[in-house]
Amino acid sequence: MINAIINGIQIQVEQGTTILDAAKKANIKIPTLCKHPDLDPTAACGICIVKIKGSDKMARSCCTEIEEGMDITTHDAEITAIRRTVLELILSNHPNACLTCIRNQNCELQSIAAEFGIAEEPFEKILSEEKIDESIKTIVLEPEKCIKCGRCVQACQDMQNVWALSFVNRGIKTKIAPAAEFKLAESPCVSCGQCSAYCPVGSIYEYDETSTVWNALNDPSKYCVAQIAPAVRVAIGESFGMESGELATGKLYSLLKRMGFKAVFDTNFGADVTIVEEATEFVKRLRGGEGILPLISSCCPGWVDFMEKFHSDMIPNFSTCKSPHEILATLAKTYYAQKTNIPASDIFMASIMPCIAKKFEVHRSKEMYASGNQDVDVSITTRELVKMIKQTGIDFAALTDSEPDHILADYSGGGTIFGVTGGVMEAGLRTINYLITGKNLEKFDLKDVRGLKGVKEADIRIGEHDLKVAVAHGLGNVEYLMNKIRAARETGQNPPYHFIEAMACPGGCIGGGGQPRNVNDAVRNLRINGLYADDKNCKHRNCHDNPQIKQLYKEFLGEPGGTKSQELLHLYYRKREEYKSYRETDFLF
Amino acid sequence: MFENITCIKIGMSSCGVAAGAEELYQQLSAVIKEKKLPVELKKVGCLGICYAEPLIEVKTGDNPAVIYRNVNIETALEILENKIPSELVIDEDLEIKNQKRIVLKNCGKIDPEKIEDYIQNKGYQAIKKAILELKEEKIIEEIKKSGLRGRGGAGYPTWLKWKATKEVISLNNDGKFVICNGDEGDPGAYMDRSILEGDPHSVIEGMMIAGFATGAAKGFFYIRAEYPLAVDRVQKAIDQCYDRNLLGEKIHGSDFNFDLEIRLGAGAFVCGEETALISSIEGKRGYPRPRPPFPSIKGLWDKPTVINNVETLANTPYIILNGGDEYAKTGTDKSKGTKVFALTGKVKKPGLIEVPMGTTLRTVIEEIGGGIQGNKKFKAVQTGGPSGGIIPEKYLDTPISYESLQELGSIMGSGGMIVMDEDDCAVDIAKFFTKFCVDESCGKCAPCRIGTIQTLKILEKLTNGEGAPEDIDKLKTICHSMEKASLCGLGQTAPKPVLSSIRYFEDEYLEHIKEKTCRAGKCSFLKQESVEK
Ligand SMILES: Cc1cc2nc3c(=O)[nH]c(=O)nc-3n(C[C@H](O)[C@H](O)[C@H](O)COP(=O)(O)O)c2cc1C
Ligand code: SF4
Ligand code: SF4
Repeated sequence: MINAIINGIQIQVEQGTTILDAAKKANIKIPTLCKHPDLDPTAACGICIVKIKGSDKMARSCCTEIEEGMDITTHDAEITAIRRTVLELILSNHPNACLTCIRNQNCELQSIAAEFGIAEEPFEKILSEEKIDESIKTIVLEPEKCIKCGRCVQACQDMQNVWALSFVNRGIKTKIAPAAEFKLAESPCVSCGQCSAYCPVGSIYEYDETSTVWNALNDPSKYCVAQIAPAVRVAIGESFGMESGELATGKLYSLLKRMGFKAVFDTNFGADVTIVEEATEFVKRLRGGEGILPLISSCCPGWVDFMEKFHSDMIPNFSTCKSPHEILATLAKTYYAQKTNIPASDIFMASIMPCIAKKFEVHRSKEMYASGNQDVDVSITTRELVKMIKQTGIDFAALTDSEPDHILADYSGGGTIFGVTGGVMEAGLRTINYLITGKNLEKFDLKDVRGLKGVKEADIRIGEHDLKVAVAHGLGNVEYLMNKIRAARETGQNPPYHFIEAMACPGGCIGGGGQPRNVNDAVRNLRINGLYADDKNCKHRNCHDNPQIKQLYKEFLGEPGGTKSQELLHLYYRKREEYKSYRETDFLF
Repeated sequence: MFENITCIKIGMSSCGVAAGAEELYQQLSAVIKEKKLPVELKKVGCLGICYAEPLIEVKTGDNPAVIYRNVNIETALEILENKIPSELVIDEDLEIKNQKRIVLKNCGKIDPEKIEDYIQNKGYQAIKKAILELKEEKIIEEIKKSGLRGRGGAGYPTWLKWKATKEVISLNNDGKFVICNGDEGDPGAYMDRSILEGDPHSVIEGMMIAGFATGAAKGFFYIRAEYPLAVDRVQKAIDQCYDRNLLGEKIHGSDFNFDLEIRLGAGAFVCGEETALISSIEGKRGYPRPRPPFPSIKGLWDKPTVINNVETLANTPYIILNGGDEYAKTGTDKSKGTKVFALTGKVKKPGLIEVPMGTTLRTVIEEIGGGIQGNKKFKAVQTGGPSGGIIPEKYLDTPISYESLQELGSIMGSGGMIVMDEDDCAVDIAKFFTKFCVDESCGKCAPCRIGTIQTLKILEKLTNGEGAPEDIDKLKTICHSMEKASLCGLGQTAPKPVLSSIRYFEDEYLEHIKEKTCRAGKCSFLKQESVEK
C-alpha cells in the first residue's frame, strides 16, 4: 500500500494506482477529456494535470502512478486556469456545430465545456479542411470534429489489430485516417465499429440509417417487420436510466409494435437455428465427413470480414452457417411469408443489432439474397434505435412488456447467450452433446468458456470424444489461435482444437461497436450477467429443444444441414485484399 | 619546389565539403600522384573554423603545421611550391584561444576513416582501462566525480542515468540497451554532426563504456537521415571495430560483448526526444510517451535503456582515461567540463567551438566569434534553438552554465548559439522559432498541437500590424499552459523564444501593436498569406 496526500487529504492506495484513480478515492474528480476508463491513457489532452510538491512541472494524473509520500494538488487557481486555456485551445480547433451533430447532448467535449462554463472563445478558429469519409457506409469519419484523443486508434490497432486507422500527418494537420490517403472502404477496416464506440465526440460514428427505417414505416405498401439481437436487450436500457444488464426484451417488443412494425421477431430464434445447423455441421466434420477441423464460428460478420482479409487460409475451417439475423430474415421472407401469404417482396426486414459490421453484411454476397430479395433490408444499431425512440416520444423505461410474433421469436437459453463471448460455444456444445450422445447435458453451464479473458480454452468430453475448444473475443486475440492452428497444419500435427468461437468485439456482441457508449469491463460484466440470467430463466436451455424450431424443421426445412437449409441458410467465403475497394456488386452473382 | 612538405590535411566534414573541399582533395591528389610527391594527403574532420572553409593544414619537415583558409586549387598549388600566401595563414593558437578541446581534440586532426589514427591518439585505451581496471562500479564513480551532465539539452547527470540502468533488472532479464542520440534537429546546430563526422570512434568508445558500465550488450546509433556523411563514417568506424574485435564478443578478452548498429532518423525534430526516438527505433510512429517510466528503467522494447547525446558520450573516454577529478577541474560549480557550440548568426567568425563551462557569453561572441559583422550593434543571442530563449546585451557577462542560462529564461540546449544584431526583430525571431515548432509539433497532445499554431497566428497578427493590446497577455496565457500541460519537451519549451523575447523586448512588442513600427525594419506590416492552415 502507498500513502500519499491529495489536497491535504491523507490517502492509502495500492501500488500502481494512478493519481487520477487515487483522487477518486478521496472523492475528488480530476477533469479529463481523452481518458476512457476502458483504455490505456493516451495522455493527449493535457486537461488532467496536477501539481506534485517538489516538481515545477505538472504531471498528467491519468498516466502518473502515485508514489509513496507524494503530496498532490489537483485544484488551485493556476491549475484551473491552465486547464481552461487548454480546453479553449481544443475548442478553437473544433467547429461549433453542436446543434446539428450526431453527438449533441451526448458528447464528452460538450459536457466538459459545460462543466468549465466556457462562455467565450478567446482564440481564432482553426478548423480542419479534411472531407468526411462515408465511403464504407458502416462508419463515418468526420475529421473536422476530431480532438485527436487517439482512442479510436488504440481500439483499431491495439484492441482489434486491424490497423485501418492511424495517425496521419503531424502538428495541426494531424488526422485520423487510413494510411496513404486511402478511403475507409479501400482500407483494411472490418466495420467492427469499436472506434465509434470510443470516440468522445462526433468524429467517428455509425452510418445512420434511421431514415431508411422511418421511410419504410411510413410507406403503406411495405410490411415492416423487425428483429432484436440478443445483446440489445441488456444494453439499451442504459440510455433510458435503466441498469446495465437489465433485461428489456418485453419492452422492446412493445416498443417496436408501437412504432408501427407489423410483426416483431427475435434474433434469438435465428440463433437457435444457427446452432442446430452449426452443431450438425460440426458433428459431420468430427465424424470424418466433408470439411475439416477445427470448425470456426462464422456468426460475427466483423470476424468474417477480418478472416477474409487477414486469415483467408482458414476459409475451409469456417462454418458455412449464416449469422442468426440473416437466417431469421431469410426465414421471414420464405417460411413466414408462405404461412401468412404476404408477398416476400413487400416485407421490409429491419435488424436491430449491437453491431455495425452487419450494415455491411446485409449485402456482402449473393447468399444474403437467398429469399429472392435482400433478406435484411436494413441493419441499425442499438444507438440508432435509441435515437428513434427519442423521436417517437415514447417513455421507453415505462413501457410494459408484450409478446412477440412467436413463430420466429420464441427462443431457448442457448439462443440468448449468443450475445456474449463464449455463448456460441456453450450453446453449440449443448447441442453437439445431444447430437452425439442422444441426451441432453445435465449441467448446462460451461463455466470454462465464460468470462472476459481474451482467449479461453477448455477440454470437454462428449461421448467418446475429448474435445478441445477455444474462444476468443476482440480481434486482437484471434491471431494467437490462428497461429496455433497454422503451426499444427504446417508441421503435419493434429489440429490443436476441434471447435473455435471468435467474435470481433470485446465481450462479444454485448460489447458491440453499435451499443451505448462508456463501456468498460464492469459494464460488460453486467450485460453478460443479464444474458446468463435470461438463459437460466428460459424454459428450454437447448436450442434443439425449442418447439418452434422443431416445427420449423418439420414443416419447412426438413433435416438440419439438408438441401433446403443449405440453399437458404449457408454461405461461402473468398479471400479479399486488405487494401482494395470492392464494388457492392462484386460478390453478388 | 615541393620541398619538405610531408603531410597535407584537408577539412572534409559537411561544412568543408559544402565549401568545395571534395574537389580540392581530388585535384590535389591528382597533382601529387602525377608528380609522384612524397606527400601524405589526409581527409580530416571539422577544425571548427567554419567561416574559412576549405581549410588545409600543411606540415613541412619538423616545423609546426600551418593552416590556410579559403583555399582553392590555385592557392593550393602555390602553397605546394612554397609560395606562402601569408594573408591566408590562420593563427590556430589565436583561433582556439579561450577554447579547450576535449570532445573536439581529434576533429580536424585525424582521418576519421582510419581507426589507426584514432588509436594513435590514445583511442580505445579508455574502454580497455574500463574493462580491465575499473570495472562497472568505478566507471560510474568516475563519471559521477567528473560532474558530466547530458549535453542533449536537459543536463541530467549522466552517472545517475547509468546507475539507474545498471541497477534495474531488465524485463525477463534479457538485455539492456545503449542509444546514442544523433538526431540533432535544432535549426543552425551541427555540433553532433561534426563530432560524428570528425571523430566517430570517440563516440563508439563512449557507447562501449556506457554499455559496459550498465550491462548493456547492444547499442544503437540513431542518426538523422539528413546526415549521410556522418552515417557513412560511423558505419565505417563500426566495421573497423569489428575487424579488430573491438566490437563483438569477448572484448579485450573479457566477458563483455557489445554490438552496435545504426538506425536512421525519421526526419522529425520530435524524434530527438528520447521516448519518441525509442518508438521510432521500435518501428512505431515517433510519438513521445509520458515519463515516468524513464527510459533508463523502461526504454527500448521495455528494456532498461541508457540514452545519451553524441557529445555526452564523446566526453566519457577522456574522463575514464584522465579521471573524473581531472575533468571536473574545468567548468563551474555545477556545470563541469566543456561545451561545444555551433556559433552562427551575425558574428564575424562563425564556427564550431568548444569552451570551458563558465566562459562568458561575451567571450564567446566577441573574442571567439570576433564580434558582430559590419559595424552593427549586438542585439541578443539565442541559445537552445527552438527550445531556448534570447538573451540581451545586459547579460553578456553571464558565465555559461545550465543554471545561469535557465535563470535568464533560456536553456543550454544542445549547443546552437545564434547571434543577432540590430537588424533582427524580437517579434520576428519569436515568430521564426514558433513557426519551426508549428511544423515540428508531432500533434499528439493538444496544448502543443494547437498552442503553437495559435501562438504563431498572434505573432503573425503583430508583424502584420494587426496586433491588439491584449495579444501580449494572450501569448503569455497560451505559453504558460503549453509549458505546463504539454506532454514532451518540445511543447514544454516551445514558448521559450516567445516568453524570453517578451521579457526582454516588450517595448518592441508594444511598438508593433501600438505604433505599427518595427525598429529593426524587418516587419513589413503587410498582410501576408497565413503560413499555416
Ligand atoms: C523535441 C526534443 C528534441 C530533442 N532532440 C534531441 C537531439 O536531437 N539530440 C539529443 O541528444 N537530445 C535531444 N533531445 C533530448 C533527449 O530527449 C534526451 O534528453 C537526450 O538525448 C539525453 O541525452 P543526454 O542526457 O546525454 O543529454 C530532445 C528533446 C526534445 C524534447
Ligand atoms: S476520431 Fe474520435 S476517438 Fe478518434 S482521435 Fe478523433 S476524437 Fe478521438
Ligand atoms: S508536446 Fe508537442 S511534440 Fe511533444 S507530444 Fe505534445 S504535440 Fe507532440
